[in-house]
Amino acid sequence: MEHRLRAPLSDDDVRRLRVGDAVLLDGTVWGLRDATLIRIFDHGQAPPVDLRGGVLLHVAPSVRPSAAAPSGYEPMTVGTTTSTRMERFTRGLLRDYGVRAIIGKGGLLDDSSAAFAEYGGAYLAIVGGAASVETEQVEAIEHVYWEDLMPECLWQFRVRAFGPLTVAMDAQGASVYRDVARTARERLAEIYAKMGLKS
Amino acid sequence: MTSVSTLPNAEALFEDLGRRLYVDAQIDIPPDVREALREAAARESNRGARGMLTTMLRAMDVSDRKQTLVCQDTGIPIFWITIGRGIAIDGAAMLEALRRGVERATEETPLRSSIVSAIRRENRHTSTGDGVPVFHVEFSADIDYIDVVMMPKGSGSESMSFLKMLLPADGLAGVKKFVLDTAVEAGGRPCPPTIIGVGIGGSSDLCMTLAKKATLRPVGQRHPQAEIAALEVELRDAINGTGIGPMGLGGDTTVLDVHIETAWTHITLNPVAVNMQCWRGERRRARVYADGRVDIGY
Repeated sequence: MEHRLRAPLSDDDVRRLRVGDAVLLDGTVWGLRDATLIRIFDHGQAPPVDLRGGVLLHVAPSVRPSAAAPSGYEPMTVGTTTSTRMERFTRGLLRDYGVRAIIGKGGLLDDSSAAFAEYGGAYLAIVGGAASVETEQVEAIEHVYWEDLMPECLWQFRVRAFGPLTVAMDAQGASVYRDVARTARERLAEIYAKMGLKS
Repeated sequence: MTSVSTLPNAEALFEDLGRRLYVDAQIDIPPDVREALREAAARESNRGARGMLTTMLRAMDVSDRKQTLVCQDTGIPIFWITIGRGIAIDGAAMLEALRRGVERATEETPLRSSIVSAIRRENRHTSTGDGVPVFHVEFSADIDYIDVVMMPKGSGSESMSFLKMLLPADGLAGVKKFVLDTAVEAGGRPCPPTIIGVGIGGSSDLCMTLAKKATLRPVGQRHPQAEIAALEVELRDAINGTGIGPMGLGGDTTVLDVHIETAWTHITLNPVAVNMQCWRGERRRARVYADGRVDIGY
């Protein structure tokens, strides 16, 4: 199924999504990653914005100063980083700040999957490394918070037809990564046998 | 002994090369990688996977058109330098000039500096620091030029680096299992379809270097030794049989290729290393001749 959604997302928006669905997103996306999340959770500083219904993107963009841009910056390259490093922050983002979806690449693990089921959230997989496509879909950087963390600030992007995104973890607790890993392990046993390797 | 010429204007030449190669490697993807991705998209039976491969091809087209980076990760700058016969060069000055080139590229383009100090995590915003760029320098009697290959190595794939000092009793079977297991463990994290480099033999440091160097070889170019070439094909097909697929979301295309490089090792050792390169396979090459002529390629 294909969805065209506008962020921030409603409870219903998220709960309708099923793994394997395709999503194109409009509206506000919040960019953050390692240093931003360490500040929020390890240093206990709440984000200076309302993230309820929010869609996050694991990113540290390349930007250049621009007097014309609302935030003072225009995007040069906006591309997605590996989400797995940010695994331990998912639950807190959903529970404490009402985040509804995380866009990333490489996937999240079992506790994130459980949190998506518990609080009603989803992980939307983007094609990693295709930043030139992503950058074209960012209309503007509207605000930037915590500039001292450059480039790992909290970025407020306005996006249009952002994607294509694949629902890889849904609010039902399903995870494509878990399924693919299980299949790969099963097939690996067959491949071992075919190659004459002992497990 | 062949006659030796001193390269004219060497410092300016290498500074400019360092700058150009570091930027161009991130904009212009090598033709062999593009072809492999096109073939994979045509072959792929999983619809979602086909869509992702198509987005990768689109990203390269956008970058060609707009001359922008394909990926935001500017990587760790790594240079592979081979100095041929008949050229005199101040080696230390050459490395220093390449380093300045990388710093200029970062400031002038501008590029995000992805390099921080190891302990305090400080970023100088130059893409350089202690030990970075990484330089591999070797010599060859087979060429009459200086070969410089630039690889901006992204962290998603570089994080998926593995070394195991296997035992002789583990044999080649142990090597095969290690490569298959690491590919499954890596899953979608290194931005598959990857080019997997495998080092077999040597010391621990040489083994890892061989694995990384193997990822530089053009996709589809087999190892010259038939036995190793056959092992590359066997491992490539086995990994593609796992179904991990593009970005780890399932499909037929997990690797574009597997490349193996070997070295002799100690009687008690059986080292194997795996290093992965993401689907972009970024690399840019220059051949610098004794008269100052430069050929740019991949």
